[in-house]
Amino acid sequence: MESRVLEIKDFSMYYGDTKAVDNISMDVYKNKVTAIMGPSGCGKTTLLRSINRMHELVADTRTTGEIRLYDTEIHSISPIVLRRKIGMVFQRPNPFPTMSIYDNVIAGYKLNGIRLKRADRDIIVEDSLKKAALWEEVKDKLHRKGTFLSGGQQQRLCVARALAMKPEILLLDEPTSALDPKATTKIESLIEELKIYVTMVLVTHNMSQAARVSDYTAFLFLGELVEYGQTQKMFTTPEDKRTEEYLTGKFG
Amino acid sequence: MKSDTVFKYVLHLIAVIILALLSLIFITLFVNSLPSIKSLGLKFFISTRWNPVKGEFGALPFLVGTLITSFLALIISTPFSLSIAVFLSEYFKRGALSSVIRSGVELLSGIPSVIYGFWGLFVLVPVIRNLELKLHVPPYGVGIFTASLLLAIMIIPYSASIIREVMKLVPADLKEAAYSLGATRFEVLKGVVIPYSKSGITAGLILALGRALGETMAVTMVIGNANVLPTSIFAPSNTMASIIANEFSEAVDSIYLSSLVELGLLLIVVSAAINIISRWVIKRTSKV
Ligand SMILES: Nc1ncnc2c1ncn2[C@@H]1O[C@H](COP(=O)(O)OP(=O)(O)OP(=O)(O)O)[C@@H](O)[C@H]1O
Ligand SMILES: [Mg+2]
Repeated sequence: MESRVLEIKDFSMYYGDTKAVDNISMDVYKNKVTAIMGPSGCGKTTLLRSINRMHELVADTRTTGEIRLYDTEIHSISPIVLRRKIGMVFQRPNPFPTMSIYDNVIAGYKLNGIRLKRADRDIIVEDSLKKAALWEEVKDKLHRKGTFLSGGQQQRLCVARALAMKPEILLLDEPTSALDPKATTKIESLIEELKIYVTMVLVTHNMSQAARVSDYTAFLFLGELVEYGQTQKMFTTPEDKRTEEYLTGKFG
Repeated sequence: MKSDTVFKYVLHLIAVIILALLSLIFITLFVNSLPSIKSLGLKFFISTRWNPVKGEFGALPFLVGTLITSFLALIISTPFSLSIAVFLSEYFKRGALSSVIRSGVELLSGIPSVIYGFWGLFVLVPVIRNLELKLHVPPYGVGIFTASLLLAIMIIPYSASIIREVMKLVPADLKEAAYSLGATRFEVLKGVVIPYSKSGITAGLILALGRALGETMAVTMVIGNANVLPTSIFAPSNTMASIIANEFSEAVDSIYLSSLVELGLLLIVVSAAINIISRWVIKRTSKV
C-alpha cells in the first residue's frame, strides 16, 4: 500500500470563464514520480501550478474542489507557507542572474528573510548541490554567477535551489524541454535518484520520458483526467481508447 | 545607388550635423568666455565673491548652489519615483487607480517650468517659511531647500517613468522562481526585481539629476538669488543656471558678460562629468 502525500479531489480550475482543468481527482504517492502527460494545451501546466497555487499570480482565476497535502487543504493555508513545502522547477532554467551559485541555492532562505548560521548555510548548500548532482562540477566556483553554467547545469542548480527548502513535493514542468539530449539524460537520472528524498510530479510532453522515469502516469485530455494509474500498466494495457490513441501517436 | 546606401549616407550626414552643432555650441561658449578666462584664470573657480560692481567674479557659490540643490532634489525625489514605479509596475498594473497615477505623472512632466515657479512662490514658499519659523531659522521662505523641493517634484516624472520601464523588463520567470520559493510580493521586489534592475534604476535617477542641474526658470523664482556661498540648506542661494538667467540682461561690460558665459561652460562641463561618471557606475553595477 502506497502512502498518499497529495489528494486531488473534484478539482477544477478556470481562467475567467474558460475551464482549463475539469473535475480531476487523483492521488500522488510518497517518494514516487507521477508524470502528467497529454497533448499541448490540455491543462498539464495549469494542474501542476494549482498544486503550489502559482496560478494565483494570474489575474482572474478560480478553482473549485479540493487539494490536500496530507491532511491540510492547501487553500486553507497561506500560499507562502504552501510554496515552501511544494517546490517547483520550471521549463526554462531560471537561476537568479544577480546571485552567485551559492546564493542561488540558498535563495529561498534569503528571499524569505530566514537567517541561518554560516555553517548551517554551508551544509544546506553542499547537501542540496550534491542531491542535484551538481556539487562536483561547481564546488570550486560557488561564488561565481550561476548564469555562467551550461543550460543543463543551470537546471540542476534550479533543482538544488528547490531542494534547499526541503520540500515535501517537487513539481517539474517539462524540465528538459529546453535542454539537449545529454543534459536531458542527466536530469532524468537525477529524478530517479531524488525519489528517496522527495515526491515528484513531472509534466512532460515526451511519452518515452514518462515511461522511463515515472511510477504513475496521468493522461490529460482537454482538461479532463482520462486515465491514471501505474506507468507500466498504462503504457502496456491502457484502459481508455483515447490513451491508446495518444500512446500510439494518433494525436498529440 | 540603392536606397539602403542613400539612407545610410543621410544618417551619417545627420550624425555629422549634430556633432558639428554640439562643437559649435561649445566653441561659441569657449570663445565668449575667453576674456573672463584670461583675466580671472583660476580665481574664477575658487573665489567665493561675486560682485560685478567691484569686478569680482567668483563662480564657487553657484557651483556649490547647483550641486546642493540638484543632489538634494535627487535625494528627496528618489523614494517617490521608486514608489511610483513599483506601484505601477508591480502592484497595480491595471485598473483605474493605476491609470490615474500614470496620467497624473505624465501631466506633471508637461507643465512648463515657469508655472512650477509660480506654484512654488505661492504655495511652497509660505509653507517653508512656516517650517523655518518652527525650526527657528531665518524665515526667508525662498532658498535652497525650497528650490530642491520644487526640483524634486519636477524630476519625479522622469525617473519614475524610466524606473518603471526598467522594472517591467525583469523576466517573469525570475519572479515566478522567487514566488515558488515562498517569497511574498515585497520579497520578490526586494530580492529579485530591484537587484535585477539596479543599473537601470541608477540610469533613471541620473537622467533626473541631469534635468535638475540645468533647470533654470523655476529655480530662479524660488531660490532667493543670493550670490554668496550658502551657509545652510535653508539659505537663499543661486545656481549657475539661475544667475545666468537673472543677470544676463544687465551684464554690460565685457568681463561681466564673459564670466556669465564661462559659468554656462562650467555648467555643461559639470553635467557632462556627472554623465560620464554615471555611465561608469552603471557599467560597474551591471557587470553580472
Ligand atoms: N494565463 C492564462 N490565461 C488564460 N488562459 C490560459 C492561461 N494559461 C493557459 N491558459 C489556457 O488553459 C489551457 C491549458 O493550458 P496549459 O498551459 O495548462 O496547457 P499545457 O497542457 O501545459 O500545454 P503545453 O503542453 O503546451 O505546455 C489552454 O487552453 C490555455 O490556452
Ligand atoms: Mg505546459
